[in-house]
Amino acid sequence: MAMKKAFDAFAGPLSRSNPITTQVLGICSALAVTVKMDTAVVMTGALIFVLAGSNIIVSVLRNLIPSRVRIIVMLTIIATLVIVIDQVLKAFLYDISKQLSIFVGLIITNCIVLGRAEAFALKNNVRESAFDGFGNAVGYGFILLLVSAARELFGSGTLLGYRIVPDFLYVENGGWYVNNGLMLLAPGAFIILGLLIWLQRTVNGYTED
Amino acid sequence: MTGSNSYTYVFVIAMAVVSALLLSLLKINLQDLQEFNKALDTKKNVLKTVGVLEPDMSGKDVEELYTSKFTRQEVRDSEGKEREYYTFGSPQSPEGYVIPVSGKGVWSTINGFIALEPDRNTIKGISFYDHGETPGLGGEIDKDFFASRFVGKKIFRDGKLVSVTIAKSRLQEESEHEVDGISGASLTTGAVNRLLFDNLNAYLKLLKQGNEGNRTWQ
Repeated sequence: MAMKKAFDAFAGPLSRSNPITTQVLGICSALAVTVKMDTAVVMTGALIFVLAGSNIIVSVLRNLIPSRVRIIVMLTIIATLVIVIDQVLKAFLYDISKQLSIFVGLIITNCIVLGRAEAFALKNNVRESAFDGFGNAVGYGFILLLVSAARELFGSGTLLGYRIVPDFLYVENGGWYVNNGLMLLAPGAFIILGLLIWLQRTVNGYTED
Repeated sequence: MTGSNSYTYVFVIAMAVVSALLLSLLKINLQDLQEFNKALDTKKNVLKTVGVLEPDMSGKDVEELYTSKFTRQEVRDSEGKEREYYTFGSPQSPEGYVIPVSGKGVWSTINGFIALEPDRNTIKGISFYDHGETPGLGGEIDKDFFASRFVGKKIFRDGKLVSVTIAKSRLQEESEHEVDGISGASLTTGAVNRLLFDNLNAYLKLLKQGNEGNRTWQ
């Protein structure tokens, strides 16, 4: 029984209650870091660390946190974790941290993180909270990877930096193919994201009331 | 128990102390590595402005090329302050000059380099490596598409320093002293225009050696 709840906490956010496509949270970063797959991968890793970490810590402290200041306490926990990951990226993955620029720092304001802490971790035990945090972060990251794969493939003709669309097809080399510049801009992400939300809701039969 | 004021104070203070301690420890341990990365990035940008940075260069290659090709020099500005610049190639007959530029941006200081051809008039390359401009708008100044617009532009007109200015929008006609702007980035554009002129002006003594022509200098 307990195991099932933990599993649900992990599996739910992957599709049925996906933070991006169902709850439409975390859109800002989903648009900003999905031009290339490598930034999306690192962002996903950072969010998994922050969200699982904050859910675990908040859950451990859930009976100690004074409820009147709980939002500030949770934000302190989240901010600490975000600074940790930001500093680590600056030390070990400098180029990518430069590309992610402020978006790692902005994980603090990512509604998914505070939302899961307030809605789940404050009321559930550590194991379930850990699964919930991990599941939501993976659900977020999964959409990020889909969007970034589509944008990088159609916008630059590469995936993770490897050339997929062969060079000879391009107009410059006497072919006929041109990259879709729209995909590199924010509207491209909006379109992909809209299509994903549509697809996912059609499959799940989810409707807004 | 957890509802009392004193408990709340103690909890919040303990929380703050623990977080602060943790982050300070982390920073102390990572600082050297971060500074090394930053210095390497700066060197990469120097290489980039003169167009010798290859995309797959390792940190060691960058370090080697940098120390073998660039020489740090100094020149006095109009206020008598020492200003550093770098010569590319042999210091006696350089293949280019790299001048650090910095100034106030919209949110934070903008730092960059501008490289000039041996004539000290034509721009060889430009790069902004450290800034806090709005991502997607002013932040685009660090992108290659923007930097490439500066290549080949001239900073002197009839022997007078005019620098290069970024136009508000697309240029109506070709100009030696203007480049296309970035839409939505008027404030950053203004800041970059100012900092380019101010910084180049500070190096006038170095620059004018090549560009006096027959004119007298004020």
